[in-house]
Amino acid sequence: MTAPLLEVRGVDTYYGPVQALRQVSLHVDRGEIVTLIGANGAGKTTLLMTVFGSPRATVGEVYYRGEDITRVPTHQIATRGIAQVPEGRHIFPAMTVEENIVMGTIPIGQAHLDADRQAMFELFPRLKERRNQRAGTLSGGEQQMLAIARALMGRPELILLDEPSLGLAPLIVKRIFEVLKEVAQSGKTIFLVEQNANHALRLADRGYVMVNGEIRLEGSGAELLSNPEVREAYLGGH
Amino acid sequence: MRAKVHEPIDFGHALRDALVTGVLTLLVLGPVTNLVLDGYAITAELLRGPLIVNGIGLALVVALGRFVVAVGVQTPAGRDLLTRFGQKGAHGVTVETAADNDWHRVLRPLVIGGALSLLLLVLSRFGLMDVQRAAALVLIVLFVVLGQGLGSLRRRGQSSPWRILVPLLFVAGLVLPLLFNAWGLFPKTWIGNLILALIYVLLGLGLNIVVGLAGLLDLGFVAFYAVGAYFLALGAQYFGIGFWTALLCAPILAACCGAVLGFPVLRMHGDYLAIVTLGFGEIIRLILNNWLEVTGGPNGAPAPGPSLFGLEFGRVARGEGNTPFHEFFGLEYSADYKFLFIYLVLFVVVAAMIRFITRLRAMPMGRAWEALREDEIACRSLGINHVVVKLTAFMMGAMTGGIAGVFFATYQGFVNPTSFNFFESVLILAIVVLGGMGSTLGVIIAALVLTLLPEVLRDFADYRVLLFGALMVLMMIWRPRGLIRPKRPAFAPKGA
Ligand SMILES: Nc1ncnc2c1ncn2[C@@H]1O[C@H](COP(=O)(O)OP(=O)(O)O)[C@@H](O)[C@H]1O
Ligand SMILES: [Mg+2]
Repeated sequence: MTAPLLEVRGVDTYYGPVQALRQVSLHVDRGEIVTLIGANGAGKTTLLMTVFGSPRATVGEVYYRGEDITRVPTHQIATRGIAQVPEGRHIFPAMTVEENIVMGTIPIGQAHLDADRQAMFELFPRLKERRNQRAGTLSGGEQQMLAIARALMGRPELILLDEPSLGLAPLIVKRIFEVLKEVAQSGKTIFLVEQNANHALRLADRGYVMVNGEIRLEGSGAELLSNPEVREAYLGGH
Repeated sequence: MRAKVHEPIDFGHALRDALVTGVLTLLVLGPVTNLVLDGYAITAELLRGPLIVNGIGLALVVALGRFVVAVGVQTPAGRDLLTRFGQKGAHGVTVETAADNDWHRVLRPLVIGGALSLLLLVLSRFGLMDVQRAAALVLIVLFVVLGQGLGSLRRRGQSSPWRILVPLLFVAGLVLPLLFNAWGLFPKTWIGNLILALIYVLLGLGLNIVVGLAGLLDLGFVAFYAVGAYFLALGAQYFGIGFWTALLCAPILAACCGAVLGFPVLRMHGDYLAIVTLGFGEIIRLILNNWLEVTGGPNGAPAPGPSLFGLEFGRVARGEGNTPFHEFFGLEYSADYKFLFIYLVLFVVVAAMIRFITRLRAMPMGRAWEALREDEIACRSLGINHVVVKLTAFMMGAMTGGIAGVFFATYQGFVNPTSFNFFESVLILAIVVLGGMGSTLGVIIAALVLTLLPEVLRDFADYRVLLFGALMVLMMIWRPRGLIRPKRPAFAPKGA
């Protein structure tokens, strides 16, 4: 078997004296959609940021395409084909929609700019309508789409998404997950962090459950959806 | 949107406003003007002195003024003016579109500039304005229009009216001062004023990179200015370097100083950054002031003037076997030549700098500055190296400051530490803020206004600082985000 695309092995991460991750191990294979669910403060964001080396893992390693990237400088990680859609979207508010999209080409340069921009406008027609509008004036859902589009502009093989449904109306969340499905079908690997366990587990091939900085459970999306513990804690017991 | 309904004018409200302002003025100024301290006794003299410097008189004037303003802004014309100038909510950056390079858009600054120049000519023709001042103002208008053109000029291969106009304006900017000087319209004092103004344009452009684009509040910018100036003065004294060598090397040295400052402050933001940079500025000044053996301390150091292919501008040549400029060309000696020459070189350098910065802003590096200002986390996940980006911002800014310093030193012929105190940093920052953070054109205009206004207002002698302050306050009320809204050159200019 080939090595997984992303592998996290026994990682501990600290914020000063506070330990946020404890012996976290997980892996994402090529072409998979993997989700990580957990309550607020479980350490999901910390895990994604640890993959990007900020903060760095104190113990353990992170492998990408079989290469140890634990100590690689943060700014070089994006150029290796990993894109992150950070929690809270973090678009550039004073730049226009189009400029935000163009900023996404930073990791790879502008060789494919025209074609990729066209593809993004096809994937997100809303963004095309608003291409000259300042991104800060977009609605939350549109900003999330923009953040995803910007990440895709770097032609990543792996996309890390941190709570893309955060603070969005149910209808918009549904749309976002549809888009993620399309993105996955186009051959991208997705690692999705969510509190919205229902949607995430339905979409994902596999999932992990994180509690207090530790991986508590893992299994296929369907397995976790029917797991009584998960239903109790994350799906409101239905 | 304009209000279409004519609301009745609310005189009661205006009256109340006037009363409140009047009473406040009386409370603030009354004790200052109307209480007389006689030994240990204080007596109130209600009608002391002429009415206009009397607290009561002032209060009346202020109240009346407030009333007129309060009524004025309620008239349709007043409302129109307010909506035109009071765009408080309108902030952020607009991006240049193709339409910005249409003829009619380009014509606007040209027409305004031309009309202003014509007005100045007419005014001076009828003796309403000093001719020399009018000539200097014409040159300034020309420079602003050129600045606008240089900032709008796009990449090679894209047609734009500016492509023809900019070279024309540029040549005019080089030839007109010579003609004006030959006609006696551009004397040494005005050349000097314009040199200083352009130096501040350079300083403003440099700080604008750091503060306006990269969003790093730098209160010690004057340090780099000092480095440039002292590089010429001390370099000439110890190593015999000349103006041109200094002009090439000072930016490099200043950029290194920028990097030295940049490294320790990489992790800082906002207030902390401001304090550290302020400290850096003071350290440089204190070194210059106290390292007597090398820098000459408070007594300063002489700085050489420029030379043209080895020709000096002094009355007699200082170097052996050198001919002074005027002898070589068989001209009468005049101190004007040196200043004219500095002005022309400076003009070329500033124009090049404007072009350079505009191009930089359309490139990934310039974009990264603005991106970093907006969202550091996003930059990190996009693979922007924030260390490099911040350092380049500091270095580019410092470099520009260093160039300005060389011109300052050669223009003054002498440098000492008092030219580089904290208030100089504040003035440069005021230029950037007033111009509109991140707007090149705004910075150019603000630098010209802030440095030349005191000269133009010289007739008002003692009151000019007051007028200056009042203008600043008015500006900030009308345009709290600066004169000109920043406009970004379009990124990725290819189609789509
Ligand atoms: N910058 C930080 N400094 C200190 N502690 C932090 C920081 N960021 C997160 N933490 C702590 O780490 C833990 C995990 O946080 P986080 O990864 O944001 O959780 P999640 O994304 O799952 O909601 C929390 O206890 C949080 O308080
Ligand atoms: Mg989180």
